[in-house]
Parts: sequence; C-alpha cells; structure tokens
Amino acid sequence: MPGDPAKMLLPEGAPQSAVDELNRHLGLREPLWIQYGLFLRSVARGDFGQSFQYRSPALRVVVERLPATIQLAATAMLLTVLFGVSIGVVAAVRQGTAYDYAGTVLAVLGQSLPNFWLGIMLILLFGVTLRWLPTSGFQGWTYLVLPSVTLAAFPTALVARLTRSSLLEILGQEYIRTGRAKGLAEPVVVLRHALKNATIPLLTVIGLQIGTLLGGAVITESIFAWPGMGKLVVDAIFFRDFPVVQTILILSATIFVVINLLVDVLYTILDPRIRYG
Amino acid sequence: MKRLLRSPTAVTGGVLLLLVVVASVAAPLLAPADPVKPSFGRRLQPPRLLGGASAYALGTDNLGRDILARLLYGGRVSLVLAASAVALAATAGVVVGLAAGILGGRLDDFVMRLADVQLAFPVIMLAIAIVAVVGSSPAALVSVLALSGWVLYARTVRANVLTIRRLEYVEAARTLGASELRVILRHILPNTLAPILVIGSSQFATMVLLESGLSFLGLGIQPPQPSWGAMLAEGRDYLSNAWWLATVPGMAISLVVLGANLLGDGLRDVLDPRL
Repeated sequence: MPGDPAKMLLPEGAPQSAVDELNRHLGLREPLWIQYGLFLRSVARGDFGQSFQYRSPALRVVVERLPATIQLAATAMLLTVLFGVSIGVVAAVRQGTAYDYAGTVLAVLGQSLPNFWLGIMLILLFGVTLRWLPTSGFQGWTYLVLPSVTLAAFPTALVARLTRSSLLEILGQEYIRTGRAKGLAEPVVVLRHALKNATIPLLTVIGLQIGTLLGGAVITESIFAWPGMGKLVVDAIFFRDFPVVQTILILSATIFVVINLLVDVLYTILDPRIRYG
Repeated sequence: MKRLLRSPTAVTGGVLLLLVVVASVAAPLLAPADPVKPSFGRRLQPPRLLGGASAYALGTDNLGRDILARLLYGGRVSLVLAASAVALAATAGVVVGLAAGILGGRLDDFVMRLADVQLAFPVIMLAIAIVAVVGSSPAALVSVLALSGWVLYARTVRANVLTIRRLEYVEAARTLGASELRVILRHILPNTLAPILVIGSSQFATMVLLESGLSFLGLGIQPPQPSWGAMLAEGRDYLSNAWWLATVPGMAISLVVLGANLLGDGLRDVLDPRL
C-alpha cells in the first residue's frame, strides 16, 4: 500500500525528474520529523494542507462531506435508540418468555453479522430482487433507508442487550417493589422509575457509538456510495491523498473526544449525585 | 470446565468455532480444487443445490475458481490473522497492565494516557490509516489489529492488580519472603486470567470482523490470495446474476463471529457470576 503521491498525480510514464520535482514541491523529500514538525505548525494555525486530489484546502474538502455523514449517523442513532431501547425493555419486562428469547437472538445476530455483509444482503433483497429502494447515492430520504439500517444494526443490538441487563438489575431492587406495593401502574414503574435509572450506562454506550458513527461509517458509506467522510477517507487512501487522510483522522478524534465530554456533562444533569472535581 | 460444558451458549459457540477451525486446518484435504488458479471456461457456475454442475458444491466465482476451495483457504488466513492478533494484543496488554499496576507512578500515568489517546480514535479509522502507511503484509495486519486491542487487557489487568495486591494472601506471600516476581507470576497473574479469557474470546470476533472489513475495502489480504472479505467485495459486482458469490463468504464470517461471541458470553457467565 505505501506509495508515492507524486506518481499518482502525474500521468503514467512521467520522467523521474518530474516525479522528484513534484515531491520537492509537495515537501515530501524532507526527513519525516521535519515534515511532522511543519505539519504540526500549520495545523496549529488551522491549515491542514492542500488536498493532492482536489487541489483545494484539505479541511474544506473534508468539511464539505460532513453533512452527509452527520445525516447518516443521526438517522442510524435515532433507529438505535428507538429500537434498541424498546427491544431491551420488552425483553426485560417479559423475562423468560418468547419475546425475551426472540429479542436476545436478534441482538446476538445483530452483533455477529458483519455490517458490510448485511448491507450487501439488503441491497440484494430490496434493491436487486424487490426493486423497492435505491442502493447507492444520495438524492432524497429513500436513499437513507438501507445505509442507516445497515449502520444501526450493531449499536441497536448493543443497546438492546444493555437495556435488558441494566433494567433487570434495577427491577429487582427495593424501591421498585415499593412502587408496585403502593399501587403504581406497571408502565409507570418500568418507564418512569426503572428506565430512568438505567439511562446512565446506556448514555455511555450511546455516546461512544455516536463518536464511532460520526468518525466515519467507513464501510457502510463505501458500500452505498454515500458521499460522507468515511467514503472520502477510503478514496483518499487509494489516491495517497495524505493531507485529507490526516485531516479526517484529526477531525474524527476531536469529534469523539468532544462527544464523550458532552456525555460526562450530561451525567451530572441526569444524576445530581455525580460531581466532578 | 464442567460448568462450561453445561452452558448451552458456550457449547454452541465452541462447536461453531471448532467446526470452522477444523475445516480450515483440513483445507488441503477438503478443498476440491485449487483456490487460486482461474479457469475461465467455468465462470459463475451456481452451487449444486441450485442446479449447478455437481463438481462445484458452492459454485464458482467470476474467474471460474471453486468457491468452496476459496472459502476453506480464506478461512485459514482470517483465523490465523485474528488468532495471532488476539495473542499479540493480550500479551502486550497484560504485560503493560501488570507493569502499570505494580510499578505505578509515572509509567502508570503515561500508559493510561496512551490508552485514552488510543481509545479516542475509531478503531477502523486507525487501522485504515496505519495500513495505508505501512502496507498490508500479514505482519502489518496483525500488528494493526493488535494495536487496536491491547487497551482492553491493559486496563482490566491494571485494575485487577490494584485490587489484588492489597489482599491479605498477597501480603502473606510477601511476608513469607516470596520475591516480587514470584508474587506477580504465582499470585497475581493467575487471578486476572478469567477476565483475560473472556475479553480474548469476544475480541476474536472483533478481529475477524476487522480483518475481513479491511480486506473488503481492499486494504487487507491482497488478491489472488483468497480471503473472506475480498471474496465478498468481488461478489458485490455480481449481485444481480450470481448472488451466491457474496452470500457464501458472509455466512462464513457470521458463523465465526457468532461462535466467538457466544463462547465469550458463555465464558463470562461461567467465570464471572457478578456480571
């Protein structure tokens, strides 16, 4: 995989002198530590370099792809919370029944099917065989269905399992029995008293998942030709467009850290007993 | 061990994994044809069950290669890479975790911050970036996968060491004159083994997924070497006329991952009743 960006940019069979010249121009002939120092200096100034492929600032190239990634990640997250929590709650309340069993099987499958395979099978079923939904590109909400379902499968399974196990633990506690004893309706006990206390571990996991999704649903975006950051990073690697790769890495790490910070702040709002510092 | 055999989850997972491992190990005996040599006269034959030529149990791919043979040989690559990655990650993670937990101080701070930094990057993104720079040789792939996995062990072992080393029996061993190294190897390490096993088993599933994901993107095992991820990617172009190309390797990956996940869950239930 390692390669010479200059050779990618120049036409086939370009003379060695041209390759050397372009490499000098791009600053790729300096020793690595000097390149790294220069890179850090420019990043500190907000300059992420020029994209070799698009001939425009790498940061702009990456930020232009951000809305598509956010749209996909947000839809997938919505599906995850909606289905993950509902499946988990039903499985916990109906512990030991067929519902519980079905939910658990679904969750184990969701965690085991590779998302690239799931995506391809969805394309095969809904795109190729039934012809109900478009399978690639980005022109309206129908294009969002298959990629977001593919992307949501794994986190949904995770959230469902976690909801079930934390809810089961809480439902066994004294104050729940008190609630039931004083005649509260079962839905009030489960949803208001129990679920509320299960939100903290859920929030942690959901936060981590949001970070991962925003950091680039690399594989899902590639399968469905979704024009987001994930597809951009794969294309950039094949084109040896290093400034774009670096920018995406820095950006996704930043997003990840910021979201985890937000989750930590949310803890203190949801549970006043938690205080930092 | 007895309790493990009574856990249906662990047994199902173990049997699934064992089946795939045995089939892959025996690939040279089981494979009906060469997995790499193309034969253009026999392109895209359907599997036997769908009325294909009886010579090809799972059909042939776009270059006329036997899919069953490719599946078996591809499994060898995926399993060996994932297993080596788990072993490397576990070894590195355990050593780092032990060192951080026992020595403490600056080393501990440094290593744990490093772990935090590592966790800030989405795994697949990091793997892609590293592979893009260092290349996709098997050794590089194993290192990349291991790099994404060591943190879990390091954190768990460190946390365990911090609790165990204050326990009375460790104090007792020390009072009896056991050397520091002996205390670590004989008294502390064995008691961190259970969580390591649990993590390792679930991580094997993650590693298989990661490796096939990288190969799927063209960043892993390079053709013509068969690998499940790459077979899936090739099959994607033939969905409308030869859907089995993409379906078969995906099922293999799912089986392995399912097996490892179930085994991990079963192990956790048996070894760690608290969870």
